[in-house]
Amino acid sequence: MHELSVCQSLLREVERAAAANGSRDVTRIVVAIGPLAGVDGALLARAFDVARGGTIAAHAALDIEALPVRVRCRICAAETQTPANRLLCGRCASWQVDLRSGAELLLKRVEMTVEADAAASAS
Amino acid sequence: MCDQCGCAATPDVVRIADHQGAVSMRPVSARSVEILTGILDANDRAAAHNRAHLGRHGILAVNLMSSPGSGKTSLLEQTIDAVDGRFRIAVIEGDLETENDARRIRAKGVPAVQITTGQTCHLDAQMVHDALHALNLDAIDVLLIENVGNLVCPASFDRGQHANVALLAVTEGDDKPAKYPTMFRGADLIMLSKIDLLDVLGDFSPAKAEAHVRALANPAEIMRTSARRPETLAPWIAWLETRLAHSRAAV
Repeated sequence: MHELSVCQSLLREVERAAAANGSRDVTRIVVAIGPLAGVDGALLARAFDVARGGTIAAHAALDIEALPVRVRCRICAAETQTPANRLLCGRCASWQVDLRSGAELLLKRVEMTVEADAAASAS
Repeated sequence: MCDQCGCAATPDVVRIADHQGAVSMRPVSARSVEILTGILDANDRAAAHNRAHLGRHGILAVNLMSSPGSGKTSLLEQTIDAVDGRFRIAVIEGDLETENDARRIRAKGVPAVQITTGQTCHLDAQMVHDALHALNLDAIDVLLIENVGNLVCPASFDRGQHANVALLAVTEGDDKPAKYPTMFRGADLIMLSKIDLLDVLGDFSPAKAEAHVRALANPAEIMRTSARRPETLAPWIAWLETRLAHSRAAV
């Protein structure tokens, strides 16, 4: 599965964020995934357990927020929540809709400890 | 209190061992940083680089995706024959193992680079970037990328293509778009392949397949093709020519 590849990309972004803040210890990572990103949250969590070994996030918790699929109708302008495989307007059932949310694969937040010296120089 | 030696360290002090093994005590603070970047941003940047690089050469890059065995390589073989040199094709083949598909393409006199991904279930932008180095971009008009046969993973990674084509063989279920929405939502063109078998099988409904695609809010054109009936490929060749004209005009 590609969740391991996604995890390795995630850890590179986390390492970048930690370096930018002078941290050597990440405690929590928050990601947000929409159903249309094609990434399974449970598999991502298991892949994370494997991929984090030896990295700056070796002891970090991973929080995965599941985002809803929302579409905005081009016909009646309603914005409604839909299942991932039925992107029809919830009001008028048109398929001429634009996706407003549901395809995200986002790193939202990184929590870390920062040494006082580094905190002073990075801020 | 430190839980290892019982010293008087408080929770906001951490023990940090330097490379010589010496331990220092330094105050630390917790920091929470809002990031909001895409997890695949690095891949997306590499894909944008590929797209720009191909664009400078006026090359149209098309990524083909489907289940294994739905006829991607046969489509490529017949496409090469049908185009008959009117534009120059190169192919990047993605499979877990073997050079078999690249050999089939090279037998048609067309340059082909095989990427064997090992256990990786998809092609990413870096793999395609490396493969581009093995091709003479000044001698190519259309680059066809045959992704690893898989309806799940390839849908999540941009490679720098200009268009995605998804094949759905009539030997599969007509509800595949509902089962694999990420793949079929992102397709710019959908081909119902092995269409010559439609009447033999009798249980695949092109109308239902189309309804499932539309339910993904995807207006993509749906073509009916068979690699065994070269005349069915004419709309596909015309589609490539139209897109190629756009790529050339954008240089």
